[in-house]
Amino acid sequence: MDNALGEPQTILLLGGTSEIGLAIVRELLSPAARKMILACRHVDKGEQAAAGLRHDALDVAVVSFDGNDTASHEQVVADIAAQHGDIDVAVVAFALLGDGAVTSKDPVAAAAVAHVNFTGTVTATIAVANRMRTQGHGAIVLLSSVAGERVRKQNPVYGGTKAGIDGFAQGLGDALEADGVHLMVVRPGFVHSAMTVGLDPAPFATTPEKVAQATAKGLRSRRRTVWAPGILRFVFSALRHLPGPVWRRLPLG
Amino acid sequence: MAILTGMPMQVRRSLAGWGRTNATVAEVLEVPNHEVAAAVKEAGPRGALVRGLGRSYGDAAQNAGGLVLRLLGSAHQAVLDPAAGTVTVPAGVNLDDLLRVIVPRGWFVPVTPGTRFVTIGGAVASDIHGKNHHVEGSFGNHVTSLTLLLADGSQVVVGPDQRPDLFWATVGGMGLTGVILDATIRLLPIETSRMSVDTTRIPDLEALFTAMSEGDDDYRYSVAWIDLVAKGSSLGRSVLTRGDHATTAQLGPKESVQPFAYGPHQLISVPPLVPPMGVLNHATVAAFNEVWFRKAPRHREGELQGIGAFFHPLDLVGSWNRLYGAKGMVQYQFVVPFGAEDAMRTVIERLSASGAASFLAVLKRFGAGNQAPLSFPAPGWTLALDVPGASHGLGDLLHGLDRVVLDAGGRHYFAKDAHTTAAAIRRGYPRLDEWKAVRDAVDPHGVWQSDLSRRLGLTD
Repeated sequence: MDNALGEPQTILLLGGTSEIGLAIVRELLSPAARKMILACRHVDKGEQAAAGLRHDALDVAVVSFDGNDTASHEQVVADIAAQHGDIDVAVVAFALLGDGAVTSKDPVAAAAVAHVNFTGTVTATIAVANRMRTQGHGAIVLLSSVAGERVRKQNPVYGGTKAGIDGFAQGLGDALEADGVHLMVVRPGFVHSAMTVGLDPAPFATTPEKVAQATAKGLRSRRRTVWAPGILRFVFSALRHLPGPVWRRLPLG
Repeated sequence: MAILTGMPMQVRRSLAGWGRTNATVAEVLEVPNHEVAAAVKEAGPRGALVRGLGRSYGDAAQNAGGLVLRLLGSAHQAVLDPAAGTVTVPAGVNLDDLLRVIVPRGWFVPVTPGTRFVTIGGAVASDIHGKNHHVEGSFGNHVTSLTLLLADGSQVVVGPDQRPDLFWATVGGMGLTGVILDATIRLLPIETSRMSVDTTRIPDLEALFTAMSEGDDDYRYSVAWIDLVAKGSSLGRSVLTRGDHATTAQLGPKESVQPFAYGPHQLISVPPLVPPMGVLNHATVAAFNEVWFRKAPRHREGELQGIGAFFHPLDLVGSWNRLYGAKGMVQYQFVVPFGAEDAMRTVIERLSASGAASFLAVLKRFGAGNQAPLSFPAPGWTLALDVPGASHGLGDLLHGLDRVVLDAGGRHYFAKDAHTTAAAIRRGYPRLDEWKAVRDAVDPHGVWQSDLSRRLGLTD
């Protein structure tokens, strides 16, 4: 159970080795936290992350989870709940960036990214939402991206999946309100992380820690959408309305 | 068109405590006492819990995803036994309704908290205390028997002499041992419905400890309102009010016409549309506290007050919790033993330095505790305060205060708690395992659950 300060006891990270995801769950730790579950494809890497988080009062478990294996998602969440009890906050943070130059031309490569980022996020989020409906409480943080706000020509498949899950999350979040479940979408800009090493940073680039701080604050005040950094909300409300010829010429990394 | 079927209405609803912080959703059902057993049978894996008027500040009366029962019952079903000085009341009846029945007949409840809007069942389950704790103990001390519905659907009568282990596990047991269906409590005979009150302004904390230690035992009721905004040499400045029920001889000619007149009412109610940021902040609370302190007389004796004005001043303003806005408030109440005055001073210094606004904090001197393993009161000093739920750095502040309280041998009050941890409760309540053993024997499958029990590991 969350306490009155919005401090969760049990935190689940789907995409247990995601840098932004780990920064968020670390930010959510407080003296009230008792359990953390890192669900990831590479369990050995998850164990490394777990070793850095574990302490006397915090039990950290690593479970095998494959975003691509959508049929297994409901069972994975059910097993976690059966073993660890109520999930107070779940962070859905797994995604593939893919090489935009390849995925925009190769249907098979595109399908692989689209399946994990869109279908996998949808099935995992629904599995968590179902559990939280039963619990009568809980919060889901879904990592979207400004890349979905207006999709860039450099990586249309990635941007398209983010646009898709963002829209999905807005609708599902409304449906969950009456069940006491809070679904919050986080839209980071360019984040310096392993996923973006070697890429040119876009304007207003940020760090996983800053995204995490904005996320924790948004959860406490039950926001439905969080931009990181906050100024991107205004930047993108302008970019969204730029005429196509101008938008296409913008140097956006 | 709605069709009335006569079936009880079960609705899925969001419930929060009086602090309006962490709401959760549950199936809520209103039932008369004789239908409770059937309703509990239908409870799923998330279990069942009874909710009274929802005046506990945190999550004690919530059961996320499970069943929450509200007991129907009327004060007119109360059976008064004037010879024994007791009354038997359905658990769903609240003190407000009960007082309206018994005060005109010359009786008063043995213990009342700062609000009349608590049920008898809630009063037992939280083992509530009032301004008379230093003399007469908590609510459970005055209960002679309880009818309890157990998880298997059977009913038992328990009391200090009948299955005392189960009785004392139920007193202060936060509704986790069974459903209290009715309670028989010893009443206090009164000559009038007025209070005779002495009020003194106290300049600082040291003077307050001294005044209460030396003078409290001369009064049945005693409590200090303390200004947690004041700093430096004024740290802990307070208004101490103490009194007793007035005798007929103390009434003036006007009051003597109707010595048992009693009809408390609400002055105003806070509308639901308070601005989301609330209206209580450091500036408004500091101004309020200044006025409250200044308007109190330096010293006044024998003032006649009504029961409502003396015991339940906040009940004059309906839904006053809305003043804190959308983010609600967090109430903090703890006790530290006598001899740990330094810990109390540290807590007050930190609160004052933090600037976390506190509206109407009260300090009280507790007397002896009772046998209940989870009963909160213990000999020492208790402080209750509230702060806006949105205050910056509130988590660090409160977890820090927890350590001061626990290191001093103190503990926190379940009915107020909304933030502390299972580890803190385990330290503060060393008899927790004894309580769990009694509970597990009568509820082996864990039917009784609450958000509080899940958060604090009471039913793990």
